[in-house]
Amino acid sequence: MQHSIWTYLFLMSAVTFAIRIVPVTLLRREIQSRFLRSFLFYVPYVTLAVMTFPAITETTQTPVSGALALVGGIVLAFFGASLFQVSAACCIIVFVAERVL
Amino acid sequence: MHDGIPIALGYLVVSFTLGIAARNAGLSPAEGFLASLLNNASAGEYAGFTVIAADAPYLTIILLTLVANARYLLMSCVISQKFAPDTSIWHRIFVAFDITDEIFGITIARKGYVAPFYNYGAMAVAMPGWSIGTLLGIVAGNILPPSVVSALSVALYGMFLWIIVPPARADRVVGALVTASFAASFAAAHIGVLAALSAGTRTILLTVVLAGLGAALSPIAEKAGAAENSAASEKEDA
Repeated sequence: MQHSIWTYLFLMSAVTFAIRIVPVTLLRREIQSRFLRSFLFYVPYVTLAVMTFPAITETTQTPVSGALALVGGIVLAFFGASLFQVSAACCIIVFVAERVL
Repeated sequence: MHDGIPIALGYLVVSFTLGIAARNAGLSPAEGFLASLLNNASAGEYAGFTVIAADAPYLTIILLTLVANARYLLMSCVISQKFAPDTSIWHRIFVAFDITDEIFGITIARKGYVAPFYNYGAMAVAMPGWSIGTLLGIVAGNILPPSVVSALSVALYGMFLWIIVPPARADRVVGALVTASFAASFAAAHIGVLAALSAGTRTILLTVVLAGLGAALSPIAEKAGAAENSAASEKEDA
């Protein structure tokens, strides 16, 4: 480990703080640029999708169990399951899959 | 504070699994507790933990935190429009400090100007729930057997799916972007030059490129439904 965890945490916190604080203190009117507003609107979906896959298949003990959890989670979320149901189902799928397979 | 209790309970569970991710990245319980207390961000913290785990350059954590938390910039812009004009700068700062998906939700659900003490009440229960949950996740991750840790480690991804899939179903553009993101992320993890980059750097690149493409090709319409638009129309009511 070449880098200090405390430095990482400081940088992370400073950036997060700035992101939240700068607009409320400086911005007194709405963002006008349609491109910028669209970009900010799409960002969370892309970031979360990119971070979920293929990482979900690498965090579990076997890639298959993570892939099954991914599919199960997508299906449940698609049909309107709650946050708790989706998360819990993903965990159960992995636990069971790693026992059975 | 009343509205903050269900949020705090949800946070306790989600941040517990975030704690397991933090433990995998090598954080101590104290470090995880502090990270959550100061950041109050699920995806942003998780993204940061992947950088810490990879021992990547400091610049990576700065850029990735910026990208992963970009939506808070948007929410903060919305909230900035909802303060009474004479709200002091300190109230603005303290309210903004804990703009999370959930607290943003309950804040804009209320009519009229932001009432800082309403937010403080919610924060007073939500923030301890979040940071203590992270701490417990790190501690428990060291005790629990590997099969249980493996199972719990996907809870966070379950939450991400729960956030992105319903809007992907409702909106064709978001759906296309999510699908493209899965495909591009998988490809990037396996293709020569990109695979050599850290996961964090790939996330930054893909987010900027794909969200940029989406915004260029299909900018959001001036309609209700998008968070900032519904809030904007509420402001006009106020």
